[in-house]
Amino acid sequence: MGRVNAAEAEERDPGLQPERTRLAWRRTTLASTVAAVLSVKSALRGGPTVSGVIVCALCCALWLGFLLVAHHRIRALAASAGPPTLAPRHATTAVLCTVALALCGAALVL
Amino acid sequence: MIEFARNVRLWFAPEEIRREGSTPDYRFSLANERTFLAWLRTALALIGGGFAVDQFLPDLRWAWRAGLALALLAAGVLCSLRAVNHWMRCERAMRRGEDLPVSRFPAVLGLLVAVVAIAMVVVVTVGWEG
Repeated sequence: MGRVNAAEAEERDPGLQPERTRLAWRRTTLASTVAAVLSVKSALRGGPTVSGVIVCALCCALWLGFLLVAHHRIRALAASAGPPTLAPRHATTAVLCTVALALCGAALVL
Repeated sequence: MIEFARNVRLWFAPEEIRREGSTPDYRFSLANERTFLAWLRTALALIGGGFAVDQFLPDLRWAWRAGLALALLAAGVLCSLRAVNHWMRCERAMRRGEDLPVSRFPAVLGLLVAVVAIAMVVVVTVGWEG
């Protein structure tokens, strides 16, 4: 490979912190996908009932909400070398999606 | 408890955090964010485990199945709420230049997971089927 542009090398964080954070968001999205797939499978066990379909749609919506937050953050991280701090609103949204998924699970168990 | 309520208010009010202290090196904030995400993954794994117990142990007596699944789901909820709370406390401590907060939570979660795992092994081997 050729030599790296000096200005570019200075701007680039040698610890690759934004990249690592981006990948952490990807991993978390993957984990939420697994949980959502399990919840959908759980909701549709024993045939499609009305309540099962409703819970299933709710789980899909929660997964989409998580995906949106992650996508937003990943784009912000990719946009600049010194990205802004994660907004508490986004952190809370991601957590509330997770909590709501667990509540759907509790409703399915009971 | 009052402290917790104050923290909950901060979850939704980013400006209030930004008003305190000075902005730390962005790398510290990103490391804090990754720790938050790691806890969130732990929470998602616990919730997935709850769904899995409900689904893959259908022969179990209902009370055991529901109890184990609910224990895992509740652990997931606790873990995710604590994740955002701890993230915010760390962020605030870094802005103020204080020591990072210490926590008993990892030990409590570890013990809870151990208890659920032992209960699951016992229930499945003894075979309390419905």
